Amino acid sequence: MLELIADPSFAASIPRFVTPILLAALGGALCERAGVFNIALEGFLLVGAFAAVLGAYFSGTPYIGALAAVAAGMALGLIFAEFNLRRGGDSIVVSIAINLLAAGLTTFFLRAIFDVTGAFSDPAIAGFAPVRLPLIEDIPWLGPILSGQSPLFYLALACVPFLHIFLARHRLGLRIRAAGENPQALRAGGVSPRRVQLLALVACGALCGLGGAQLSIANVNLFVENMSAGRGWIAVVAVLLTRGRPWPLFFIALLFGAVDSLSFRVQGLGLAQQFTDMMPYLATLIVLVALSWWRAKRTKGDAS
Amino acid sequence: MSNAKTISREALPWIFTILWIAAIILALLLFVGAPVGEALSGFWNGAFGGRRHAYLMATLSRSALIVGMAVSVMLSFRAGLFNIGGEGQLVAGGLTAALVAVLLPGPPMLVLAVAIASAMLAGALWALLAGILQLFMGVPLLVGSLLLNYPIRYIASYLVAHPFRDVQSGMVQSHLVPQETWLAYFPGTRLDMGILFTAVAAAFALVYSYWTVHGYHTRLNGLSPDFARTVGLPVRKLTLQTLALSGAIAGLVGAIAVFGIHHRYIDGMLVQPLYAWTGIIAVLLVGMVPWAVPISGFFFAAVQTGAAGMERAAGVPKEIALVVQAVIILFVASRVSGALSSSRGDGDGHA
Repeated sequence: MLELIADPSFAASIPRFVTPILLAALGGALCERAGVFNIALEGFLLVGAFAAVLGAYFSGTPYIGALAAVAAGMALGLIFAEFNLRRGGDSIVVSIAINLLAAGLTTFFLRAIFDVTGAFSDPAIAGFAPVRLPLIEDIPWLGPILSGQSPLFYLALACVPFLHIFLARHRLGLRIRAAGENPQALRAGGVSPRRVQLLALVACGALCGLGGAQLSIANVNLFVENMSAGRGWIAVVAVLLTRGRPWPLFFIALLFGAVDSLSFRVQGLGLAQQFTDMMPYLATLIVLVALSWWRAKRTKGDAS
Repeated sequence: MSNAKTISREALPWIFTILWIAAIILALLLFVGAPVGEALSGFWNGAFGGRRHAYLMATLSRSALIVGMAVSVMLSFRAGLFNIGGEGQLVAGGLTAALVAVLLPGPPMLVLAVAIASAMLAGALWALLAGILQLFMGVPLLVGSLLLNYPIRYIASYLVAHPFRDVQSGMVQSHLVPQETWLAYFPGTRLDMGILFTAVAAAFALVYSYWTVHGYHTRLNGLSPDFARTVGLPVRKLTLQTLALSGAIAGLVGAIAVFGIHHRYIDGMLVQPLYAWTGIIAVLLVGMVPWAVPISGFFFAAVQTGAAGMERAAGVPKEIALVVQAVIILFVASRVSGALSSSRGDGDGHA
């Protein structure tokens, strides 16, 4: 096991698993802070993954694919906003419907456009090439983690401090937090909380779209039905655990991504695939339990 | 006169809703270039027609599972418990039913009874696990129940892929359960008796929700957990009991799928058709009103089999059913609110 963790190729694979969870969770964090209970991250990721393949296949460049994923995610964010904010639908109900809508739209258009079921892979899908960082790639152990990843990983990394400062300092960031914590104050200041929440949802869609693009045109060059496979739910857990704060979110996503990557690696050790497949979900549950116990203990300590 | 005016004012949003949904379906049909008339008649035939109503029977058979799952989650939802782990409980039940029936020797009827009972027990235990996670370990039910869907899915997949696999079949599935335990067809049809079990479960849920003290208490808990706690109801016990009941019914549905339809456990047979999620939206569509749940469950079953008919008749991918269901829920059930709030992120059991 220790050898496995020390193995540089294991370390180098972690960012592939961290990126989609981190991007989706950052999107979810914006919603959480704005007071929108969005648990449809799974659907957002799925739509992003499909749109990315669509864009990359027809344009021949992964960047158009990523743009298509962003656009599709934003559109889904608008749909969420229409039914949750404007029509006043319960956010859990809307989230469940959005997840089903994403599963339906991706499988429907997979057949309607490419005439396949299950999976679509084609050499014409242009995937992201790894970005090599000179000098940094020569650092032992850390080099292969930081260098040679997809551009989306670096974007996700940059988003963490950016979002932190944005939420703490920028006017719109303050408004997003106000919409979540004290919408009346925001309204008194002449700003519509709903409009701020709409912006948060659209931005969330964009981030999740990029996360989906990482799944389909950076980690692999294909689309598989339901390829988000629960990662959106893990992102939801990360958001709930950290209450949408970017830095803690980063570390939780790192942890979940590492477990994901580890479970992928131990398949080589002869453990049945089904057991390695369930590791990320069990790890998520364990982290949930551990954190809640730790919090309970801390509050008890404060009281005495 | 004024009466007619209020009626038209109430009807207007519904007319718009129906127009929106129709427009979206039409847009999807036009996108794939399907002949609309043939598609619609194919839909009708696929849902309700067929030679000697064979497709209608398929719709009924499917609604046996969907309504069962809907009844299961309805009991939780009405108690304010957002249990979205029905899929895991369903898999636990189906897997247990198949394995017990394959492994247990004895008179067929006894085996059937034991298998169904163990399936219900397995479903109940899996649901209880989510309840224990919420009450004693601070994991919100919403995410706890959802996350538990995945381990059981892979456990089931492992068991029928390795130790209990029907190797000769070449597929990832268990052996067939003894033929004597298969649920009989209604005379002259290809509809199995599984729907009777669902009918019993639905009738039980109706009586339970409306006419029993226990059902009343759980509903009180759903409408206002604070009030329920204040008047001294054993909220934790009610939570666990309700979850066990939901899980038992989900487990029963798994057993119906095994003995009525597939006669074995096939990897993915309960997950891929999204029975549990369809059950959830069937409940949401009618705002958790017990007597209406079987109707909306049948409606969604018809949407799914109708879409298959549309594929046969006009080449429309049957996956359109999922899109249509989601759109209907978005438009219609976005009015449901309130009772679901208590198991959100900051529910009971949180420190």
